[in-house]
Amino acid sequence: MSSEAPSFARRSHGWMGIKRGHRARPLEWIIEKGIQLVSYSAIVMVFLIFIFVSREAMPIFLGQMDSAAVRPALSVDEAMKLPKEDLRKYLDMTPDEFVKADAEVIKMLVDLRIESSANETTDKDAKLNTTQWSHLLGPYQWTGYTKPEYIWQPVGTIHKYNIVPLLVGSLKVSFVALAFALPLALGAAIYVSQLANPRTKEWLKPAIELLAGLPSVVLGFFAMIVMATFLQSVFGYATRLNAFLAGIALGLAVIPLVFTIAEDALSSVPRSYIQAALALGSSRWQAAYKIVLPAAIPGVFAAAVLGFGRALGETMIVLMTSSASILSWSVFDSARPITASIAAELAEAVFDGHHYRILFMLGTLLFAVTFSLNLIGDIVVHRLKRRLEGKA
Amino acid sequence: MNPHDLSEPLPAPARFKRGRFDMWAFLFTGATGACTYLIITILFVILGNIILNGHSNFTWRFLTGGADKGMYDPATAGVLPMIVGTASRIILMTIFVIPIGVITALYMTEYASSTSWHIRIIRGAVANLAGVPSIVFGLFGWGFFLNFIGQNMDEILHPGGASAVWGKPALVWASLTLAVMTLPVVVVATEEALKSIPQGLREGSLALGATKLQTVLRIVLPQAMPGILTGGILAISRAAGEVAPILFTGAVSYYPELPKLLTDPFMDLGYHVFILSTQSPNIEQTRPLLYATVMALLLLTFVLNIAAIIVRAQMRRKMRLLQ
Repeated sequence: MSSEAPSFARRSHGWMGIKRGHRARPLEWIIEKGIQLVSYSAIVMVFLIFIFVSREAMPIFLGQMDSAAVRPALSVDEAMKLPKEDLRKYLDMTPDEFVKADAEVIKMLVDLRIESSANETTDKDAKLNTTQWSHLLGPYQWTGYTKPEYIWQPVGTIHKYNIVPLLVGSLKVSFVALAFALPLALGAAIYVSQLANPRTKEWLKPAIELLAGLPSVVLGFFAMIVMATFLQSVFGYATRLNAFLAGIALGLAVIPLVFTIAEDALSSVPRSYIQAALALGSSRWQAAYKIVLPAAIPGVFAAAVLGFGRALGETMIVLMTSSASILSWSVFDSARPITASIAAELAEAVFDGHHYRILFMLGTLLFAVTFSLNLIGDIVVHRLKRRLEGKA
Repeated sequence: MNPHDLSEPLPAPARFKRGRFDMWAFLFTGATGACTYLIITILFVILGNIILNGHSNFTWRFLTGGADKGMYDPATAGVLPMIVGTASRIILMTIFVIPIGVITALYMTEYASSTSWHIRIIRGAVANLAGVPSIVFGLFGWGFFLNFIGQNMDEILHPGGASAVWGKPALVWASLTLAVMTLPVVVVATEEALKSIPQGLREGSLALGATKLQTVLRIVLPQAMPGILTGGILAISRAAGEVAPILFTGAVSYYPELPKLLTDPFMDLGYHVFILSTQSPNIEQTRPLLYATVMALLLLTFVLNIAAIIVRAQMRRKMRLLQ
């Protein structure tokens, strides 16, 4: 809505947009620039989120963390042949200490290392660095297991950080949520935008949107206390808190979002389309099903994508309805999504430790995935709006 | 023949109404209608269940009692510290988010041209901020506000201090995290309000010799007040129930005193619901307490939501009269 400068005023465009009028009112110019600066804060925030979440995870991405509980001890001769920097790291000394220590002290420390290593656990797994990508993503046959497995067990002497069970948990729960929420929300969107008479529409829409006003912790509470018992008695499965329950509860949180976006897309189809269809003798449902829905299908797709992003990122519901992190594709087994792991474990993780870093790595992953999903959804919605408004 | 002569019966008009029963129309309308009413039924089942089980323990003593004697005992436990904690983090958040959100919306609608790349990037950032998972905001608040700003403030303000003053979970960090989270809500609501102001008002003001800034401050902003109010209320109702962003940045499970300083930790209604339902020593015994706490939280968010709906409806009516 900025005013278009008439051509004769072009000359007065000065440095950084200071116009003749501004020269008389420098304060106004300063305030305008201030407004512009403040308006960039949203961009700054997105950058800061990305930088400060991924900063904590950087050592994992760069492979600089070592979670091995035991490192192999070297003999004195071997240790003395090491380059100085490696020797310092081997002895866990700061540069200052290392400079002060003479050869005798270093020999003594190497001997101490050898002695202490004799008392340490003999489990071969203790020597592994489980923060490597091969251990984060690939299966491994741990001591006492008969075959290679994916295990997330961050607490204990040997930290098992395989993130595959968490990824599967997130996907499983989100797919259940979408399978439940999409048909319902879409049906409701078609009904409210096309078929309901205007009077009922007036209260139906706010009523469904009221569902969005339910805090997620309340939905989680309801799922855990009431729905868990109800669904278990209906379906008769063994695990009380499982991915199915979490998915249904999550679906309740996704419904208002999908409904709002889909209803918006369906309502933005020009009325002339519907009137033309009705004039040609179609019924209301034929117009809705054959004209409006195909015209708005990108909006429906965007609603599904954004709903999926919301389901992946929702925390409190899955935190309250999930339990053990086991790898299983069955929806009636328990699942522990990424968000639930972060929320439950960050408080107990050692600050700057490997567990802490891996949780931030998961957060970065989550941010990147939801960011791309949102971007796709927004682009689709904008294209659709522009096409329906006849601008493109 | 006289066309006005009505004694002659007119030929019957062609009947447009379908004679036969349209099975598909019936099924389609029925199915979509069933979806709609199923959603609404679920909503009412949830609300009904909470009210039925929660109303008996939802007393004045419960609302004004402290948490110091028996947090898990329905006879003595109260939620005053949680209500005060939630209210203070919301009020602080509003103070942070409203100016920034309103100024962003002002720049987008009043100053920048709607096709410039500034606007596209800001709009993209706002849309993406709205979709960032709440737990990521929690991580961000922990990494940026607590560990970066808080610890640096400690080093500058209290060098050599034994315990952290700013670099620990605190009311102010939780509020700032929530302010970042709710920024898109305020921006979108304000933008909508600004766009619905007739262009003629601005032109009239400019034609009378007002500068752009005077027009914005004295004509545009007062007109947009209801919209800004709606944005604020929506942001508050969104933030009131959020727990994930404050898990690491300020909320604690037990802190019986009311928060007095910006650096105090606090108890929170939503977080307390989580604590009561997952860490209760005896879930059957604390169930009435849990339901009453949920009811308090719902009442808070719904009152705010309904206020926003009413303000918005009045604004729309006024808009219709103006145009």
